[in-house]
Amino acid sequence: MKMSALDRILILITSLLAAYQIVVGIDDLSTAPIIAYTIAFGVLLVALLLLIILGFDALESPVVVVVSTVIPLSLSLGLIWEHLAPLRTSYLLFTILGFVAVVFTRSAPMQNRVPTIVITIVHGIAGITIFLLPVIISLQKQVGPAFALVGGGGALIGIGGLLLSFLRAGKPILSRGTTLRVMPWLLLLMTVCFVAGFKYG
Amino acid sequence: MSALFQKIKLYIPLIKSLQTGLLLATGIAGYLSAHTEVNIPTLTGMSLSLFLAISGSTIMNMWYDHDIDSKMKRTHKRPAASGELSRREVFWVGMVISILGVGWAVAIAPLFGAVVFAGWFFDVVVYTLWLKRVTCWSIVWGGISGAMPILSGRVLAVNEIDLIGILLALSILFWIPTHTLTFSLKFREDYTNAGVPTFPSTYGDAFTRAAIAISSVLAAFAIGWASVLIGLSAGYLRLIAVLTAGLLLLAFATFRVQSDRVNFSLFRYASVYMLSSMIILALQAF
Repeated sequence: MKMSALDRILILITSLLAAYQIVVGIDDLSTAPIIAYTIAFGVLLVALLLLIILGFDALESPVVVVVSTVIPLSLSLGLIWEHLAPLRTSYLLFTILGFVAVVFTRSAPMQNRVPTIVITIVHGIAGITIFLLPVIISLQKQVGPAFALVGGGGALIGIGGLLLSFLRAGKPILSRGTTLRVMPWLLLLMTVCFVAGFKYG
Repeated sequence: MSALFQKIKLYIPLIKSLQTGLLLATGIAGYLSAHTEVNIPTLTGMSLSLFLAISGSTIMNMWYDHDIDSKMKRTHKRPAASGELSRREVFWVGMVISILGVGWAVAIAPLFGAVVFAGWFFDVVVYTLWLKRVTCWSIVWGGISGAMPILSGRVLAVNEIDLIGILLALSILFWIPTHTLTFSLKFREDYTNAGVPTFPSTYGDAFTRAAIAISSVLAAFAIGWASVLIGLSAGYLRLIAVLTAGLLLLAFATFRVQSDRVNFSLFRYASVYMLSSMIILALQAF
């Protein structure tokens, strides 16, 4: 499906928001969350630029699975590091092992369901962390109420991931055309939620 | 009146507006990279003189290469190649605009004018008239010429040729091969028909792709080093690092996957990368 001018504009705005987040959105944090968030929004930014350059065909690349794992993993690591100090080391370990496992199962020739199971576990844990942690800590008033928006962004990234994964698996939830049409809006809304949540939360 | 508009309509494609715009943007970024107080009249004069000098050299290139352009599918509709404008007319338009641009630049500041003239000289005399039809290595001189606008902007701001200016110039010099070599792969038949020596026809595709990847890495290294020396804030440095990482990954991919598609992605990304870097350098000034 050809990318329309509106799609490109939406993705460009999303890219600028991701760039803004990298430049000023995470300035006052400590080193580890800054690195984690820079990786998350950096991968998002580069992926968005490639999407503008290559069009929706870029989503057919096998690299997409790995790239789409880095974003939730590093984002959730940053959140854990900032707000759940006792789990820092174990979550860092999970992040590294999870990423290695995804890369390995995607690059080694496997006919069984192991790659799917691995990606489901890794995405599931990272996604739930991004969705629930900001909501819980904002309800507990550890952060401002707007921080719950980060959880909203987490939910949206989960929806986007599901739509793409099922599409690639040949069992689309929505038709290919509909999935690709909603994707730029979903990406924009997700990034708006993240940027607003970090800024006002 | 309509005849005049008709003429202007024919002149516009002579200056390759996208390429000229990008080179002009590098000149402005070079000026703003100095973080001195922005002098609007100087910046305006610099931009206009640079625009004229770059446009002039591009028109001279169109004048001389009209025979090559007419043999290539990609360029045969250019006004000088198609015969819509006479060679003589294109020559004089190019000369007048060049003299205006370089002369204005010298009047603004002699050192700035010298760098602008060097860019014009390398492009028109060394690259176009002398080497383009002789050796595929002519692109190095085309690259040096393309690096002069950013150096000239920097020189105008700091009144000397400093290390940052040289690094900024190197970043453009190494970026230009990603552009020209990708074109030479994509339009190889055109270049062969026109008898222009290129890297793919001289050294083969694998070597050319390697050259593209290596020059991208060197461009990223030069812009990264310059960014640190300029004193970009941590946030902007993070952004440059992220964009650079994307460039390096794509450069690595061109080694692993020998395909025109990956190559073209690298070429397009390198252009976005360079434009973004220029915007970041310019933004930091405000």
